[in-house]
Amino acid sequence: MSDASVNDTVIQTEGLRKVYHMGQTEVHALRGVDITVTRGEMIAVMGASGSGKSTLMNILGCLDTPTSGTYHLDGVRVDGLSRDQLADVRNQKIGFVFQGFNLLARTSALENVELPLLYDRQRRFKNTKEQAAWALEQVGLGDRTDHHPSELSGGQQQRVAIARALVTQPSLLLADEPTGNLDHRTSIEVMALFQELNDQGITILLVTHEHDIAGYHRRIIEVRDGHILRDHPVAECRIARSYLEQLDAEEPVGAL
Amino acid sequence: MTPMNLVRIAGQSILKNKMRALLTMLGIIIGVGAVIVMVAVGLGARGQIRESIQSLGSNMIIIMPGAATTGGVNMGAGSFSRLTVEDSEKIAREATLITGVSPVINSMAQVIGNGTNWRALINGVSTDYEVIRDWPTSSGTWFTESDVRGIRRVAVLGTTVAENLFPGQEAVGQRLQIRNVPFDVIGVLAPKGQSAGGQDQDDRILIPYTTANTRLSGRSFIGQIVASAATEGELPVAQEEIREILRESHEVQPGQDDFTVRDQTDLAAAASSSTETMGMLLAAIASISLLVGGIGIMNIMLVSVTERTREIGIRMAIGARGKDVLTQFLVESVVMSLLGGLIGLALGVGGATVLGNLMGWSTEVSPITVAVAIGFSAAVGVFFGFYPARKAAALNPIDALRYE
Ligand SMILES: Nc1ncnc2c1ncn2[C@@H]1O[C@H](COP(=O)(O)OP(=O)(O)OP(=O)(O)O)[C@@H](O)[C@H]1O
Ligand SMILES: [Mg+2]
Repeated sequence: MSDASVNDTVIQTEGLRKVYHMGQTEVHALRGVDITVTRGEMIAVMGASGSGKSTLMNILGCLDTPTSGTYHLDGVRVDGLSRDQLADVRNQKIGFVFQGFNLLARTSALENVELPLLYDRQRRFKNTKEQAAWALEQVGLGDRTDHHPSELSGGQQQRVAIARALVTQPSLLLADEPTGNLDHRTSIEVMALFQELNDQGITILLVTHEHDIAGYHRRIIEVRDGHILRDHPVAECRIARSYLEQLDAEEPVGAL
Repeated sequence: MTPMNLVRIAGQSILKNKMRALLTMLGIIIGVGAVIVMVAVGLGARGQIRESIQSLGSNMIIIMPGAATTGGVNMGAGSFSRLTVEDSEKIAREATLITGVSPVINSMAQVIGNGTNWRALINGVSTDYEVIRDWPTSSGTWFTESDVRGIRRVAVLGTTVAENLFPGQEAVGQRLQIRNVPFDVIGVLAPKGQSAGGQDQDDRILIPYTTANTRLSGRSFIGQIVASAATEGELPVAQEEIREILRESHEVQPGQDDFTVRDQTDLAAAASSSTETMGMLLAAIASISLLVGGIGIMNIMLVSVTERTREIGIRMAIGARGKDVLTQFLVESVVMSLLGGLIGLALGVGGATVLGNLMGWSTEVSPITVAVAIGFSAAVGVFFGFYPARKAAALNPIDALRYE
């Protein structure tokens, strides 16, 4: 491996294992996962329910620690960091979109999105409100800043969650089934957004059940029973934006 | 997180559960309120006691018949203890460390003057009484040494007596009768107000003790002798000197005194010890109610941490450190207890004022009381908020997120 390729490796795991203890029984959620992700990739993680996708994402997102195995993020070995250092990694480097939206109730969209900036010890963004508004603009919710999560649709909540992941301008975006609760069109819109972000250079890992959604990625990792079953590039990556235009042309509803 | 953000978050979360927050704060509110009221009343009372002790006169020494220790040896019938005018005169002659000495011959008597009746306390005293009690006249003059020696029938009136017998008139120069003995009014005393026991000190008539002795009572025993030392520092030696003189005239050994010599510092000490007891009681009540209030806060904060486990998980997932979560919950409990303290303070000050007006007590809310009340409620918030806050901070992000 050359120096350049080392620098371009965002994620590198070796033999990641995760064992949950449920009383007497042991649940092996991950049984030795090796993944290498290079900067600028856009990867779909697929697999049946219970195959260990969320477990993997939580470890990659520094929310959880593996039972064994190593994890390097941007060349830094993560499974040796203190709680505070992990908190800073989550804040600075990673944007995480949860399977449930995990927004703070009774807190406006803007304040939800602003929250990661308030915990930024480097104070990279002087005007946190402005930056949060920018992130909401990115996901097309510039006009919903004062709405509380309960006043937003599922798709809009999902986009607020994405805006919160984007607001710190992370180099790595991890999304656990961000389209799981969305209708077809909104899912494609989210994919269009992710493809734009990826074009801007952000590395993206996205969990999905749907082959349709996986088709918008350049690489697919298939997980089964805590193993990586297949890891292959996608020959022809679909472009969400052009598909949306195609949809608009087919049914010009509301285009008065 | 800036401090402003932390306080805002705490405020929002308290406002979300207004009723619960209010009930939680109730312990602190009641505790602080009660303490403010009681301290206000206590301080007022102490101020009154201090004033009335000072009004006795400075550096006063009081000599009374009877031993101070009642549990001591029974003297028997023959040695019935008494003080006499001669004792007082002997002290006046022999004592070197005192600035004045006066017997006090007490009696209540019916006084007739200007066609009206008045019952007043008659004090037969010497001219030194003016210095000892620091009690000048406001009009007219005190009687003189020659009035005393001449057993003259002259009287100096307290303002209460003067106002009741001669309302709207100049009392000096008038005549009155005490037990049918005519007296000339030669002076009216400056007003002194109430004594420590709540008696009107101005409801009295001062006459020469010689006159009191011969014209009124005919007894040569007196209730009290008062004297004064030049300075507060000389009080102990002056008292010892008086004891020695009296032992000589009463023919008793040291330790068998049939009289008691005391000074106003003893009175002050007695008064301050009673206010100290009250202070201790207040402190006990305060700490118990603050403890109860604090436990209430801790309880609610624990509930709050459990309820908001997911929120904690979310905050940690997006980069909050343990310390951030700890501060957030600590600030919340401090804001809550401080708010309770401030409400209690407002109610306490209001209550003290109302109570003071209603009961005619003087009350006093000192800045120190206010500072201590606020400081203590904040401390309660920190102390009882710490455990729940630390519990929140120790959570694992993923476990907190999964919590249902
Ligand atoms: N906290 C936990 N305690 C015990 N077992 C767990 C825990 N979390 C996950 N598991 C188990 O680990 C396995 C993998 O779970 P995981 O959530 O990673 O699946 P997933 O691939 O994300 O599934 P889905 O597609 O339904 O979200 C499952 O068998 C699950 O029961
Ligand atoms: Mg999952």
